[in-house]
Amino acid sequence: MRAKHLLLLTLFAGATAWSALAAANTAPSGAASVEPSPDYPKMTMPPPEVKPPVAKPSKSTADHSKFKELQVDFKSGPEVTAACLKCHTEAAKQVQHTKHWTFEFKNPQTGQMLGKRHIINNFCTSISSNQEFCSACHVGYGWKDNSFDFAAQDKVDCLVCHEKTGTYRKLPGWAGHPVYQDVEFPPHSGKIVKAVDLKAAAQSVAKSGRNNCGACHFFGGGGDAVKHGDIDTSLSNPGKYLDVHMDKDGLNFSCGECHKTSGHEVPGSRYAVTAKDEGGKAHMRGKEDKNPATCQACHTNAPHKHHARLNTHAEKIACQTCHIPEFARGKATKMMWDWSTAGKLDKDGKPFTTKAPNGQVAYDSKKGDFRYEANVIPTYVWFNGTVNYTLADTKLDPSKLVQINRFEGSASDGKSKIWPIKVFSGKQPYDKATNQLLIPHTYGGEGDDTAFWKVFDWNKALEAGMRSVNQNFSGEYGFVSTEMYWPITHMVAPKDDALSCAQCHQPSIGVGRLDGVPGVYMPGRSANKLLDTAGWTFALLTLLGVLGHGAGRIYAAKKQGAKHHE
Amino acid sequence: MSNRIYVFKVFERFWHWSQALLIIALLVTGFEVHGSYKLLGFATAVDTHTTLAWTLVGLWVFAIFWHFTTGEWKQYIPTLQKVDAMVKFYAYGIFTNAPHPFKATTLKKHNPLQRLAYLGVMLFIGPLIWFTGWFYIFHDKWVEWGWDQYLSLEWVAFFHTVAAFMMLIFLIAHVYLTTAGHTPTSHIKAMITGWEETD
Repeated sequence: MRAKHLLLLTLFAGATAWSALAAANTAPSGAASVEPSPDYPKMTMPPPEVKPPVAKPSKSTADHSKFKELQVDFKSGPEVTAACLKCHTEAAKQVQHTKHWTFEFKNPQTGQMLGKRHIINNFCTSISSNQEFCSACHVGYGWKDNSFDFAAQDKVDCLVCHEKTGTYRKLPGWAGHPVYQDVEFPPHSGKIVKAVDLKAAAQSVAKSGRNNCGACHFFGGGGDAVKHGDIDTSLSNPGKYLDVHMDKDGLNFSCGECHKTSGHEVPGSRYAVTAKDEGGKAHMRGKEDKNPATCQACHTNAPHKHHARLNTHAEKIACQTCHIPEFARGKATKMMWDWSTAGKLDKDGKPFTTKAPNGQVAYDSKKGDFRYEANVIPTYVWFNGTVNYTLADTKLDPSKLVQINRFEGSASDGKSKIWPIKVFSGKQPYDKATNQLLIPHTYGGEGDDTAFWKVFDWNKALEAGMRSVNQNFSGEYGFVSTEMYWPITHMVAPKDDALSCAQCHQPSIGVGRLDGVPGVYMPGRSANKLLDTAGWTFALLTLLGVLGHGAGRIYAAKKQGAKHHE
Repeated sequence: MSNRIYVFKVFERFWHWSQALLIIALLVTGFEVHGSYKLLGFATAVDTHTTLAWTLVGLWVFAIFWHFTTGEWKQYIPTLQKVDAMVKFYAYGIFTNAPHPFKATTLKKHNPLQRLAYLGVMLFIGPLIWFTGWFYIFHDKWVEWGWDQYLSLEWVAFFHTVAAFMMLIFLIAHVYLTTAGHTPTSHIKAMITGWEETD
């Protein structure tokens, strides 16, 4: 009980501090300096202003604060890791096999090499040449360029996933290290980020909680709620409305409750989605051949006890389609990012930002134009779990919309369900000579003279970015329209908020949720127009016929009546 | 002088009127599910339509049993005798106060056109609507039963709608023709009281 209170206090302190910091971020654009981006602080979890008490897991059989190995004034992250590994001998090796460490994933279905080391998306595009910045979200220390040693065990960062003080922050630009001394951050902002207390952090370790995962996943794409649309800081302490499973006063699930981790391998991947879990029986936990993160893992494929018809729907329709009626229900998510307008400077030659009426950033010299939206109705597609990426070496047609990741599936392949997705639109650089996507070098540290965010010169930035992956840049770049799909699967609403039948079958707004999905006969929406015209015409003619016949009889009767009277 | 003849037994009248109500309600809810208008709301329309459909199935089971145990099924054996007379009557005679060419008896309660029409309803529209309706209801089980290889919901719905339109057209013509007896109300009275007035 006490531990729970302490944890809440920690979260509260963190949230308060974070709000203060977020407010600082919205300072007038004139204050923005060339480096770092005003977006920086949003990328890591809230730093508390006062050091909160350490929350201890009440049911653990080990109190890490009592371990001699951790009663040390650690000077760096790797020193902590070395201490962890004295007892947890296999931990680093396990982590080093995971995507969290390798940033690589070979898709068994397509053979494509994916992961953040390989894909080019339409958000920040690529980590290549920008690792010093991006590795704030790498579960390691020191990845700043291609020379990083992926075999070094002490470079694994145990704390980011396991520490519970809420004070441990990895700032972009520190190559995955927390700050070991007080620093002004963002530079010239007057804000101080305090040096991390590694001893307190090390002694606080426990099972990963929502804020551990959230430290990176809430902020994907460069800020809170930017990327996914269904994962953001509102999941730190959600109410039932937002997430029926993570409801802080209800089930209070952690991420790991569904993403049941085994040997540091976190199941449930958007690179290779389990789009159709046959889910005959609940396989729940402990069965390693199945993905425990699907809805069916707990609920089976026939969870509607009183409405058998809904179970049939579930054969073709992903649970998420009805049970996540909208995404970005906690915070507005980014829906569009146009890099082609990036690089405008004000009259003093300085980068600037502007805001949309809703208070969201609408333009940033470093990144271009944005559009944020909240409570978005998803797009719906047939999806069988196979995703095909447009990779660095994929030839593209610049006159057409390029799909960064194409979701495969159809009504007839027997492997697909109708899924809700977020479609993220972008415009990003490509090489006009090779018709391939380009990698811009965006972030640069001290003395860097090619980074886009320092010099605002696409030629230099693209040349440096491509050089980092040993590719040539022809010197001719253009901007191609792209879109990227994101499966919507988090923030499951309470059942009363699920879609009603009418929202697809009899929409009051004129557009049914699944109107655009091919291969579906939808009662109420898919009537055969020809048959309807013919049917109603015949019915009307019959009606007119009998009315005419009746009128004729009445007329004839009157006439005869008149005759009789004559 | 008017004669009275007992044509419709209690069960027949019960069958007829409950069937009439069910069919009208099925048409109303069915065309809502089809998307023609909004009345009860989609979910309620589907639930009501399904419940009414099973009720009608139950009624038909009783009716079929009754017809075979009583031998009344013979009333529907088609005949072409006097069909031309009936057609002529509806086309001309009825306007000139000509006598109705058919005299109902207990053994022959339907005129030849009725026999043909009702047989058509029972042997064509009925099966079409039942089978497509059952396919529709059991859409849930298609995969489990292997029916998905042979059926598509689009065509099942198409023929179900075809049958619904035919039923609607039958209903319009039927309601009107109830006034075309020996007197405008004699058929209707017969179906309520069981007694048909003849000349």
